[in-house]
Amino acid sequence: MRNAYIKALYELAEDDKNILSLVADNGAIVFDKFRESFADQFINFGISEANMIAASAGLASCGFIPFTYTISNFLTMRGFEQIRNDVCIQNQHVKLVGVGGGFKYSVLGPTHHGTEDIALMRVLPNMKIAVPATPLEAFHITKVVAYDESPWYIRLEGTKEKELFDESYRFEVGKGTIVTEGNDLTIISVGSITYEVHEAVQTLKEKGIQVRHINMSSVKPIDKDLILDSAKNTGGIITVEEHSIIGGLGDAVADVLIENDVQNIQLKKMGIKNRFVSDYGTQEYLRSIEGIAKENIITEAENICKCRK
Amino acid sequence: MSKLQKIAKEIRAMIFKSAYKGGGGHLGASFSVVEILTTLYFSDLLKYKSSNPYSKSRDRFILSKGHAVLTLYAALAKAGFFPEKDLYTFCQPGSKFGGHPKMYEVPGVEASTGALGHGLGFGIGVALAGQLRKQDYKVFVLLGDGECQEGSIWEGALFAPEKKLDNLVVIVDHNKLQAMDRLDNIINMDSMSKKWESFGWDVEEVDGHDLEQLQDVLGRKNKNRPRLIIAHTIKGKGLSFMENTPIWHYRMPNDEEMKMVLKELDLTKQELEV
Repeated sequence: MRNAYIKALYELAEDDKNILSLVADNGAIVFDKFRESFADQFINFGISEANMIAASAGLASCGFIPFTYTISNFLTMRGFEQIRNDVCIQNQHVKLVGVGGGFKYSVLGPTHHGTEDIALMRVLPNMKIAVPATPLEAFHITKVVAYDESPWYIRLEGTKEKELFDESYRFEVGKGTIVTEGNDLTIISVGSITYEVHEAVQTLKEKGIQVRHINMSSVKPIDKDLILDSAKNTGGIITVEEHSIIGGLGDAVADVLIENDVQNIQLKKMGIKNRFVSDYGTQEYLRSIEGIAKENIITEAENICKCRK
Repeated sequence: MSKLQKIAKEIRAMIFKSAYKGGGGHLGASFSVVEILTTLYFSDLLKYKSSNPYSKSRDRFILSKGHAVLTLYAALAKAGFFPEKDLYTFCQPGSKFGGHPKMYEVPGVEASTGALGHGLGFGIGVALAGQLRKQDYKVFVLLGDGECQEGSIWEGALFAPEKKLDNLVVIVDHNKLQAMDRLDNIINMDSMSKKWESFGWDVEEVDGHDLEQLQDVLGRKNKNRPRLIIAHTIKGKGLSFMENTPIWHYRMPNDEEMKMVLKELDLTKQELEV
C-alpha cells in the first residue's frame, strides 16, 4: 500500500505543483525518487508532528494540497488537536496519511499498533476517512482524495498486502465495493484483513453459506444504502476490522442500522476487544490471538447462520 | 497625542465596550497587546485591503494567543473590515464575534485560534507557502509568553530558522503573567531571548507599549532568517487596578471598579450603553 501511495503521489505531483509531500522523518529510501524529482514539493518536518500538521493547514489555506504522512499513531494522536482545530475547524483540505494501521508493526509492540486511529478520526466533523484493503485501492484512493475538497485521513498499512482487485477498480467516495455476492449473510471489512475475509468467504461457500462480502474502504462517509440493503436482504452482518471494536467500522455500521430503525438484525463486530495487545509475532499471529483470523471469521459466520435456522 | 496614540486609546475603549456588551472577556491579555496591533495595522507595516480581505498578496497577522481577540476585533473594525457596531454583538446569540477568533467567519481573521500553541505552526505553513511560490508577503504571529510553555511552539522554533523563513516575524507578548500567577512562580521564561537566539532566530527586545519603538523594530527587515521580537508589556495596561494583576485574566469590573474604568478609559456610561 505504501508504495502504491507514493506512486500515486508521484503522478499527482508531476501534474500539479500544488501537491506537496510532507513527512515527519518517516519513509527513508521509499521517498528517494519523489524527493529527487520534486525537491520543491517535499518537506521533511523532522520528528515534530504537531508542527507538521499545523503547517499543513497553513499551506492548505494558501491553496496547496499537502499529503501529510507519518506513522498512524504519531499522526492521529500526537497531533490530534492540530487536526481538530487547524485542519477540521478551519476545514483546510489537508490529506493526512497514516502508515502502519492495524497490526502492521506487530513486533514493535502496542505503541506502534494503529488500533484506535479510525475512531479518533471518525469523531471529527469535516473529516473523511478511507481505509484501503489493497495496494491498487490505496493508489486509486490517493488519486481521488487529492481533489476531493475536504480534510481526509487515509489509513495505510505497509507493504506486501495481497491484491484483490483488477485494473478496472475505481474508488468512489461514500461507496462500498461488493467483493463477493451472496444472500445468507453479509460480512463488511476494511483494510488488508479484507483478504482474509475473502478467503473465509470462499470456504463458507464450500460449506453452503453464501456470503455477501463488502469492502467498505470509504468509512466516512459510509455507504448507507448498501448497508441497509444488506440488512434487508441478508439478515445478518459481521464487521471485521484490525482496529478496536470501539469507534471503528463496526460502530459506523451499527450507527447506520440504529439511525434507520433496522430491527431484527444480527450484528457481530469483530475487532480488537478494548485492550492493548502486548504479544509479539507476525500480523497474522496477532490477528489469531485477537480472534479475527480467517478461522474465527468462519466460525462466527456459521454461528450466526445456525442461530437463524 | 499622536495619531497612533489616539487610535490605541480608541481601541481600548472599543475593547471594553465589547466585553461589557458580551458580559465578559479576556481584558488583561487584550489590553496588553493594544500598542502591538495598533502599530501593525495603522502604521503601514501590515499590507492589507479591508475591501479584499482574502487577497493572495496580503500580509498576514495571526493572533496565536486567541484569547486577546477583543483587540483584534477592535483593530479590524477600525481598519474597516466590518462596521464598529458589529463589535458590540460580542458573544451574543447569532453573532460572528465570539470569545476566540474564527477564520473565514470574521473578515480579516487569519486563523482560528484559542487553544494555545497552534498559531506558530499554522503561520509557518503560510510563510512556507509564500517561500515556495516566491510571493513577497509577510507573516506576523503574536504569541503569549505563557503560551511559550507549549511544546508545539518549540517544534516551530526549531523548524522556521532551518527553512530560513525570512518572511516570518514572531512577536512574544511578554507581560510576565499567566492565568494563575506570575510566570516566574510557575515556569520561569526569563531567558526568553537566549532561548530563541539559540534556536537560530534574530531576536530583538522592545517596550511593547512604546509606539515609536514598535514602529522602528517591527519595521526592520529580516536577514535570511525569521525574526523574534520580545515585546515587554503590562497585562491589563491602561486600567490602573488591572495592571499586572493575575486575577484580571478573565473577569469583569464590579460597580466600584466601573467608575475607575469610565474615568481611565475616558468613557461615559451613555457611551457604554450605545
